[in-house]
Amino acid sequence: MRRDARSTRVLLGLLVLTSVSVIVVDRGGGSGPPLGALRSGAAAVFGPVETAAAAVARPVRDAVAGSGGRDSDAARLARENAELRRRLRSSDQARARAAELDRLLRVAGAGQWPTVPARVVAVSAAQGLRFTVTIDAGRRDGLRPDLTVINGDGLVGRVTTVGPSTATVLLTIDPESSVGARLERSSEIGVLTGRGTAGHSGLHLELLDGQARVAAGDRLVTFGSRGATPYVAGVPIGAVTRVARTPGSLTRTATVRPYVDYTALDLVGVVVQPPRTDPRDAVLPPRPSPSTPSPTP
Amino acid sequence: MSPATPSPATPSPTTPSPTTRSHNTRGPTLLHSTQVVLGAAALLTALVVQLTVLSRLGLPGATPDLVLVAVVGLALRGGPDAGLAAGAAAGLATDLVPPADAAIGRWMLVLGLVGYAAGRAGERGLRSPLASVALVAGSAGASVLLYAATGLLFDDLHAPVGVVIRLVASQVLYAVFLSPLVVHGGGRRR
Repeated sequence: MRRDARSTRVLLGLLVLTSVSVIVVDRGGGSGPPLGALRSGAAAVFGPVETAAAAVARPVRDAVAGSGGRDSDAARLARENAELRRRLRSSDQARARAAELDRLLRVAGAGQWPTVPARVVAVSAAQGLRFTVTIDAGRRDGLRPDLTVINGDGLVGRVTTVGPSTATVLLTIDPESSVGARLERSSEIGVLTGRGTAGHSGLHLELLDGQARVAAGDRLVTFGSRGATPYVAGVPIGAVTRVARTPGSLTRTATVRPYVDYTALDLVGVVVQPPRTDPRDAVLPPRPSPSTPSPTP
Repeated sequence: MSPATPSPATPSPTTPSPTTRSHNTRGPTLLHSTQVVLGAAALLTALVVQLTVLSRLGLPGATPDLVLVAVVGLALRGGPDAGLAAGAAAGLATDLVPPADAAIGRWMLVLGLVGYAAGRAGERGLRSPLASVALVAGSAGASVLLYAATGLLFDDLHAPVGVVIRLVASQVLYAVFLSPLVVHGGGRRR
């Protein structure tokens, strides 16, 4: 009994020692040889598994599974009815998907960004406090780390880890994401960081100029990184919802509502080649009315 | 000391009966290979379902943690050592399988500790259905808190207190709903 307890205590110590040293090595080394290889190995093995699981789960998510009925007419008719309704709904879904692809193509065309389309197959668990997704395109499709990811609404994030057939995307709302942004029709620039929520106030804007004029409803596009990695210029990001009043501060801060609905991400496009020119504000949709259009929630 | 310790009703105290011996050997052999394979398969299936299905349901608060429930189930069956091993392995997988992007080792530490504690509690006789449900729920809440704490310690990630409270509350609730999966299994073993 006592011997048992001692060996268990040794196991506990081993667990703490191992995991803490792995954490420290991983934090320090970035994508160094031992742990980076472990991560890409996991991506190589589990990427296809997740792609397959998502393909199986998709129709299940789309339609409620029909229950196995008896041979009575009523049950048979009910089953047929459910099946027809399911078909109807799935053609609705096909139409919605086509519309989504259409929007993506329009945005990619307006910005002249050559994109590789991909679908989200896995999403990080909320208790991880991080916001990342796996997409079903990888090295074989020409992807590499630090590429911009968009969808029909605007900026989604950037590629971090790339596996053979899948890649991990760091979403813009993740607390470790920061994006250079520019206010529409001005040259005010700032940094957008994720606030770790998928809601209406997902982004935090810090303008570099403390005297900058910014108001609710102002729209933001990406400023564009050096060499277009990780972010190409001109991608719509979101609109300012609230400006913080902090007199005496060197910078101005505001809350930004992203255009992309991060709770319903499905089809995305990875910009695989930087555009020749900066589209400036051309990709933003035309304003519906001259005054501030977005209703404050 | 040796022969007549655990046999309460056997009339012959002279020889250690073969039944008690076989019972003894069956107890600690947790690392029976088929059990390990089955346990690993259960954990990996839980992880893939969690990342491809459950996290996309858009449920309020946390994502129902199937992996944690599976770890607690294995710990209830196998005791603290098995719980620790299952938790550490499941945690390492959670740290590595895409789209994981945080420091490797954080879930390994958290789930290893939770698996150990659940195995301990199961050993101490918390085996009634109600106690098992409470154990799963408590482990779920503890795992969220511990993980947030490792983020603070190692990843410099300051999660807002309100967010963490919401995650803990929702995770406890989801764990109660998922607990029949393992409470049933725990009862079958007896």
